[in-house]
Amino acid sequence: MDIVEELLKGNRLALSRAITAIENEYDEAVDIMKRLYPHTGHAFVLGITGPPGAGKSTLTDKLAKAYRAQGKTVGIIAIDPTSPFTGGAILGDRIRMNGLTMDEGVFIRSMGTRGSLGGLSHKTADAIKAMDAFGKDVIFVETVGVGQSEVDIVKAADTTMVVLIPGMGDDIQAIKAGILEIGDVFTINKADHDGADKLVRELNMMLDLDAHGMQAEQTSTEKALADQFHHLNVAKHAEGMAWRPPIQKVIASQNEGITETIENIEKHFKYISETGILQQRRTQRTKNEMLDVLHSNIGKYITGKLSATGKLDEYVAQIKARETDPYTVVANIMQDMLKE
Amino acid sequence: MEKRVRVLVAKPGLDGHDRGAKVVARALRDAGFEVIYTGLRQTPEQIAEAALQEDVNVIAMSILSGAHPHLFPKVVNLVREKGMDDVLIIGGGVIPETDIPALKEAGVAEVFTPGTPTSAIVDFIKANVK
Amino acid sequence: MSNEKIQAGLDKYNASVEKAISRFPERPNLPEQRLYTPLDIKDTDYADEIGYPGMYPYTRGVQPTMYRGRFWTMRMYAGFSTAAESNKRYRYLIESGATGLSCAFDLPTQIGYDSDDPISEGEVGKVGVAIDSLADMEILFDQIDLGKVSTSMTINAPASVLLAMYIAVAEKQGVPADQLKGTIQNDILKEYAARGTYIFPPRPSMRLITNIFEYCSKNVPKWNTISISGYHIREAGSTASQEIAFTIADGIAYCEAAIKAGLHIDDFAGRLSFFWNAHNNVLEEVAKFRASRRVWAKVMKERFHAEKPKSMMLRVHTQTAGSMLTAQQPNNNIIRVALQTAAAVMGGTQSLHTNSRDEALALPTEESVMIALRTQQIVAYESGLADVIDPLAGSYYVEALTNKIEKEAWEYINKIDEIGGAVAAIEKGYIQKEIQDSAYKWQMDVESGAKTIVGVNKFQIEEEPPKGLLKVDASVGVAQCERLAAMKAKRDNEAVKAALADLKAACQDENENLMPHILNAVRTYATLGEICGVMREVFGEYEAHVNL
Repeated sequence: MDIVEELLKGNRLALSRAITAIENEYDEAVDIMKRLYPHTGHAFVLGITGPPGAGKSTLTDKLAKAYRAQGKTVGIIAIDPTSPFTGGAILGDRIRMNGLTMDEGVFIRSMGTRGSLGGLSHKTADAIKAMDAFGKDVIFVETVGVGQSEVDIVKAADTTMVVLIPGMGDDIQAIKAGILEIGDVFTINKADHDGADKLVRELNMMLDLDAHGMQAEQTSTEKALADQFHHLNVAKHAEGMAWRPPIQKVIASQNEGITETIENIEKHFKYISETGILQQRRTQRTKNEMLDVLHSNIGKYITGKLSATGKLDEYVAQIKARETDPYTVVANIMQDMLKE
Repeated sequence: MEKRVRVLVAKPGLDGHDRGAKVVARALRDAGFEVIYTGLRQTPEQIAEAALQEDVNVIAMSILSGAHPHLFPKVVNLVREKGMDDVLIIGGGVIPETDIPALKEAGVAEVFTPGTPTSAIVDFIKANVK
Repeated sequence: MSNEKIQAGLDKYNASVEKAISRFPERPNLPEQRLYTPLDIKDTDYADEIGYPGMYPYTRGVQPTMYRGRFWTMRMYAGFSTAAESNKRYRYLIESGATGLSCAFDLPTQIGYDSDDPISEGEVGKVGVAIDSLADMEILFDQIDLGKVSTSMTINAPASVLLAMYIAVAEKQGVPADQLKGTIQNDILKEYAARGTYIFPPRPSMRLITNIFEYCSKNVPKWNTISISGYHIREAGSTASQEIAFTIADGIAYCEAAIKAGLHIDDFAGRLSFFWNAHNNVLEEVAKFRASRRVWAKVMKERFHAEKPKSMMLRVHTQTAGSMLTAQQPNNNIIRVALQTAAAVMGGTQSLHTNSRDEALALPTEESVMIALRTQQIVAYESGLADVIDPLAGSYYVEALTNKIEKEAWEYINKIDEIGGAVAAIEKGYIQKEIQDSAYKWQMDVESGAKTIVGVNKFQIEEEPPKGLLKVDASVGVAQCERLAAMKAKRDNEAVKAALADLKAACQDENENLMPHILNAVRTYATLGEICGVMREVFGEYEAHVNL
């Protein structure tokens, strides 16, 4: 089977095999990507992130159904952590989307982080492109938002949705680890649970801080939070962003708030399209991707050469003996290689 | 290259006894496999389509209701129809010894009956996965 | 003897043990404590914590004379492929003097699908009888006087529909609903946590259950409206303490839902019954039964302020542990079941089902079922275990173990309260995760050899495949679908449509009791699949919480 030819014809197995080649870094993956590249750039990419247990998969399921009702085709990439000890993983997002499996307009692929997070964001970006070339109109990338690595993955998205739920203990403490900054749209899932309104209030306050200044009736926690998040709003203004991320209460399991969430996503997309931010983001992304490939290839090339000639061990021994230092060694290597 | 063995663990049919399927899923993860767990009440069509989208190397199914003579072969046929000839398909559950030859004839690579240690399943997959 | 004297002796003993161990090491993987003495139960107040049979806190049993008056009910759960086959068996049992029937339903019936639904393929009539409509129920109880028998139905998610069908059959026989006796399992929470035959999400399911409580308290007062089941939680891999803790937490949730719906605790609590597993570790099981009664009595008295003694009694049906049966050397299962039976009897169960030796291989044959029943009779008549009430009370070990299990159960119940109750704990996947972790640990212990299962990881032999297993005829499904099609062609389809529309409207109104509407639909021969279909439309379906 010619994977690219078949993929472009709409063969689902070919799409599946292409993603496997990307994920496993098969040699043919480069060729596949080369040939798919001209067919990409059409899909809208939505990143979905949030803490574990926020109901992201259930929400993805409902949003996907809503897009399908609009006649759009959907691709979903669901990422779960790989165990650092065994290398194994339970990829359990799919179980919440079982209802989509028999819809030919939907393609779901589960991926494990497999240790190398830098590599993962690169692989995710390529898997998105494979789905894009296949013809998917909307592509979801769902990942647990627990750290910078996941944030990088979500950077492949046009619009990023952050999903939170009430009653996670120190709500806001959980959020502050970076994921607030990347939210274009906020969704408070399980909004029928206690504490939903409090969470909305706190979020609103953080997001509004710059527009409205200090509010009259702030509790001490709110004040502390305000201080903490002041820099965020400053940063966003520096980017020239006038977008105020909307907050939508949702009960995904009961399909409540889904229409409004889609509206928010569409509004955001319209906003970034009209203001040129979308083009800026996509240019930046293209640049990052190209540099990624460049760095990775140069790195591989140089490491390969050094290993093959046995020089790598030599250099390491010299550095370890303090005969030289890593900076000098690398400078010399660069000089030699670039001469070639 | 970062190849991992990918296994779909599914319960076809309607019985809700998923203790075995869940224990096996965890044991396979601990053996370093990527496990896609799809849970209860999966139709053969859903299992085959999920296997295709996930491009798994192995499909592991468990049935305790007695519906295996009907459902296991159906999954095998659907998977083969989709062009996935190299997927290893295995089954387990309350399955009488006398039913096993027919299931193997139908393309189920191995059938694991009650009392099988999870390590035997792991070893079988490692030895037979393509 | 004073505690000081006992302690002095114990110190001496411990010193001697050290020496003995240095020469003869003990077996690995034993319980932490080697020996129990009066010191282990020195804080247990006999009158408050142990007491007397038939008296609060019922640690020693719920009846004053226990088996000295009457043995436990020997109730054998059985299912046969079609309504006609089952009816034949029921009539045979009644002719032989049985007054209690027990119905097992096939999986499509348990999940609210008709036999002709594509999802039912391969499952019709497999693990029990297929019931699609009132027509099947009429056949099932043909020539059986529902005013005289008591019927136990293992049905949960669609319990309201099957109960309505039973009431409708009785109507046709001229038996008023207030004469009907029996039990429906009706315990949806353990379906989410362990057994897996759920349909709707928890909240509408809880509404259906309280609708049944309310309807039955007025119209079918002799009916046991729920059997709160730990059996399946244990089968899914929980420990003994988890079994009773999660089940009692479920019981608390049902009581709270009923109270919220306006019922008074003493109006329905006497109709609640429980369902325990009898596992392999005999003494731990006896302690579990005793602890469970004490915990429930305290819950009812202290938390719900029940006043009637009957409200505080944990009455229990028991089944021996199916998951402990081995496919290897299956005759050994007879011995396991005998020990489990001994545990249930010494634990003071009100009724018992014993599993058959071949159930790890297939549904049991008649011969195997006979041996399983005989096991109960031998324990009852020959062993002497049923002659004195609560015979293990006062054992230092059993009393200490009873205390320990009670303590562990309270810790879980308190934790579940913190999460917001059993429904919230299930929605969060907490209970499922705890059970899965225990199941995984058990399996790893067996594989490492820390736990020995005879014939499985020790004392294995080469075996011939077993012969003579029961096989269900594959044509059952086809014949059932033909009967269903014929029934649909004959019934008044306009009446069905109207009844289903009425049911739908009632589902949408949370203040409406659904039972009369379901009964109304059942009478028109609307099928189980149609009725559950309407409810699926309004209520949605439960999506499992899996966190491996």
